[in-house]
Amino acid sequence: MIRFEHVSVSYDDAPRPALTGVDLTVPEGELCLLVGPSGVGKSTLLGTVSGLVPHFTGGTLHGRVTVAGRDTRTHKPREMADVVGTVGQDPLAHFVTDTVEDELAYGMESLGVPPATMRRRVEETLDLLGLAPLRDRPLATLSGGQQQRVAIGSVLTTHPKVLVLDEPTSALDPAAAEEVLAVLQRLVHDLGTTVLLAEHRLERVVQYADQVILLPGPGAAPVVGDPASVMAVSPVHPPVVDLGRLAGWSPLPLTVRDARRRAAPLRERLAPLTPAVPPVPDAGPPAPVRRVRGAAARLLSRVGRPAAVTEPGAAAAAEVTGLAVRHGRVDALREVGLSVRAGETVALMGRNGAGKSTLLRTLVGMHEPSRGTVRVGGAVPHRTGPRELLRHVGLVPQEPRDLLCADTVAAECAAADDDADAEPGTCRALVAGLLPGVGDATHPRDLSEGQRLALALAVVLAARPPLILLDEPTRGLDYAAKARLVQILRGLADEGHAIVLATHDVELAAELAHRVVILAEGEVVADGPTAEVVVSSPAFSPQVAKVLAPLPWLTVPQIRTALGEAS
Amino acid sequence: MSRTVGTGGAQAAPPSPVRTPLRSPVRSPMRSPLRGTALHAGAWWVWALGLATAASRTTNVLLLAMLVGVAGYVVAARRTDAPWARSYGVFLKLGLVVIGIRLAFAVVLGSPIPGTHTVLTLPEVPLPHWAQGVRLGGRVTAEGLLFAFCDGLKLATLLVCVGAANALANPARLLKSLPGALYEAGVAVVVAMTFAPHLVADVQRLRAARRLRGRPDRGLKALLQVGLPVLEGALERSVALAAAMDARGYGRTARVPRAVRHTTSALTLGGLLGVCAGTYGLLADAGGGYGMPLLGAGLAAALAGLRLGGRRSVRTRYRPDRWGVRAWLVSASGAAVAALMIWAGTYAPGALHPPAVPLGAPELPVWPAVSVLVGLLPAFVAPAASREGAMTGGHRRAGGQRSLAAAAEGDPRPLPRPPLEGAPAFPEPGAGPRPPGRAQGSAPARAVGGPEHPGVAGPTPKEAP
Repeated sequence: MIRFEHVSVSYDDAPRPALTGVDLTVPEGELCLLVGPSGVGKSTLLGTVSGLVPHFTGGTLHGRVTVAGRDTRTHKPREMADVVGTVGQDPLAHFVTDTVEDELAYGMESLGVPPATMRRRVEETLDLLGLAPLRDRPLATLSGGQQQRVAIGSVLTTHPKVLVLDEPTSALDPAAAEEVLAVLQRLVHDLGTTVLLAEHRLERVVQYADQVILLPGPGAAPVVGDPASVMAVSPVHPPVVDLGRLAGWSPLPLTVRDARRRAAPLRERLAPLTPAVPPVPDAGPPAPVRRVRGAAARLLSRVGRPAAVTEPGAAAAAEVTGLAVRHGRVDALREVGLSVRAGETVALMGRNGAGKSTLLRTLVGMHEPSRGTVRVGGAVPHRTGPRELLRHVGLVPQEPRDLLCADTVAAECAAADDDADAEPGTCRALVAGLLPGVGDATHPRDLSEGQRLALALAVVLAARPPLILLDEPTRGLDYAAKARLVQILRGLADEGHAIVLATHDVELAAELAHRVVILAEGEVVADGPTAEVVVSSPAFSPQVAKVLAPLPWLTVPQIRTALGEAS
Repeated sequence: MSRTVGTGGAQAAPPSPVRTPLRSPVRSPMRSPLRGTALHAGAWWVWALGLATAASRTTNVLLLAMLVGVAGYVVAARRTDAPWARSYGVFLKLGLVVIGIRLAFAVVLGSPIPGTHTVLTLPEVPLPHWAQGVRLGGRVTAEGLLFAFCDGLKLATLLVCVGAANALANPARLLKSLPGALYEAGVAVVVAMTFAPHLVADVQRLRAARRLRGRPDRGLKALLQVGLPVLEGALERSVALAAAMDARGYGRTARVPRAVRHTTSALTLGGLLGVCAGTYGLLADAGGGYGMPLLGAGLAAALAGLRLGGRRSVRTRYRPDRWGVRAWLVSASGAAVAALMIWAGTYAPGALHPPAVPLGAPELPVWPAVSVLVGLLPAFVAPAASREGAMTGGHRRAGGQRSLAAAAEGDPRPLPRPPLEGAPAFPEPGAGPRPPGRAQGSAPARAVGGPEHPGVAGPTPKEAP
């Protein structure tokens, strides 16, 4: 269905080609997964299928790409529109119209499909993707998973033979990602659509793939094969594969179920051992499950207010009691209580729109609580000036680029030192630690996602805030970048920083967090040590925990250390 | 659904008895525009432009206030919860700004209205003789201020009328009614309009980020400094959108014979020239004779050109709006207001333009006031938004089913999710309502969207028409 013949792509200003030696075929009706570290040209490869590379992006394409017999050299993207449907990572950037139904019809309108056919296909697609109840809704009011399904639906209505998706589930919570993947699976099974998909979150998708294309490194030729054999050599792999490699299972299991069936001996070996839980400094009583709500919380907050003035910073880096925040008519947070101690790492989880970001933003004073109290190191965030607050708390926003405003890394660091009243060079030293080998003159825009995140983190750290907040830090990061981030954050926690991260990434939470707090509809529904909270919930438990349940192991490194010590 | 019930407060948060009853009216149901019954967008614009025409014909404060009231009432009664519907408030504020600016000019630059009631006297700046006729500072009279206020209010009313149309009519759907040849221009406008809210969101986000850097997030300087990144973001977004549109077939054209293409160009150009010349003829005193026919011929030629030009476009239209009886009534009510007000200008010119000198309370002329009220008609004949919220005070059907549906509509994620999501608290291992095998990382076959997966297959068979 898709044929790449000796394809290589080079951009004019790049020192080396973005893609070389791609020579492969994706057969009809397959779900083909494209994997590889960041920056190896996955998006470029996907772009060549729709013809956007090179017609839209510029650059030179050598070789030939044909889709359903059409050569992209002679067909512009708009002429491929009826055979290739493309969906990107950000569905909002894909939408042309403003309501669900119009969006589904847009592609067909462009192709000149007769009105009666359009009407029929829209209804069919609404049903196929479960969008019928949303048909008249403005697109901006949909959730992330719904938007992604509308984006897929909007290219499906033209009945393309090939669907190309670039990280369709990266920005989604686990449940919404499942929604989208179920739809893809259904398309492949029922309609015979050929799907070419790139994704960082392999633990979500690898088990659905019929074929995996691995781009091992920049400029290296792709490795093609069935998922198990490619995963055996892939530098990027989900935890379940890592576990399989550690245990020496062959063939490698790709699903939790396969791994569980082989895991009996491993479970026996691990049974006498106990996982090394990262110690929480401040060896007080174990993190109490706080749940003071309703009238009691109100009473407490009212009584506690005068006392709070004299209250010292104490051990709590952040103390939130009975917090309620409203956005217009919507209650974003209700009766939230949370306390974070120095040196503790807390993961905030919950579906999109559960109030995770709102809670973080309230901690830096961007939202004024409508009720309840917030104290960050003794300061009231929304009453404290930005400069003063910087010394108590720092937030790395979902889009780290927002924090960066200068043209070069050096200028950025200088500005950060200036903002934080730090010694000149403080931030640069931090950058050197977090991001070795990045030049002073590099433009922040040219950094990869992971590097940009590290730079933003360094900028925030320049003021040495005792509390660090991160919003969705692993969005768009590959496994290597994620591992680096874990290292960095562990180091910070060891230095005594309190860290709160809002994330959908269960693997990250399992690896990093001492405590997990789950929010739903603005309320805290679970709060406790990571192992307890995460293992008891199917949606939020990491793959290793699923494989080894009921043993309390969460991550592969834990097991690797334990086995290493035992042997 | 189970989720919505659970979050009503009854199960999840028993200790907050005060909060629960308060929530339901506050979180009013989403009123979304229903496509099947929606009024033609053009009808709203005809109505609003009728009101605006009426507003341009008077400086009577009472009449203008009535016009604003009529527009506001109809908007309150008939607007939806769509994003564009929220623009009304912006237009109201813009109107206030216009009045403010007009008053400021009257104070600083003086007013040509002779007045005797001096309010205050500013120091007058002496200007060189070549700037004769321009005055800076000096006496500010009550008459001058009143005149400026009336003038500003007129402009503000015009803006409010446009804002009403904007809030009531889906701009995208209006552009769908354009002839095919203008389609591309229409898309450009739609894209531009959807960009505005994105820009506002970007500015807010970047200002928040400034706060994170420890810089002040208020003030003009902060706003200016986020300007460049905001523009960069807008540019990137437009490039991404252009790529998406290209990949979805935007700009596909049909092959048209050369002769047709040339005829199209000739007709369009000739038509436009005709329209220009005709308009000039009409406006200039000398050419009263040829103005009207030339204008007519030009218009006809231009329309024919547009029609012919539409052949190049291969586009078809999905469910175009129908112009029905309601649309006729709504547009007729606007046109009637305009016509009656123009007519009123002939029989009661004094009441429509009360003199600023001498000072006095304006009187309300009865018949023009009654004719303004004709503009209220759409509040009764236009189709209501699909669900009436608390704001309209509309009829609420009793029964739990409605409130459930309403809550689901107002919820950011109304789609029924897998039962796991509905659990108010996270259960012990093995006790979850969803078998663990269905969780992420499970065997592929389970997640295909079987009947138990409501997100995918729930409504499938029943709702197909």
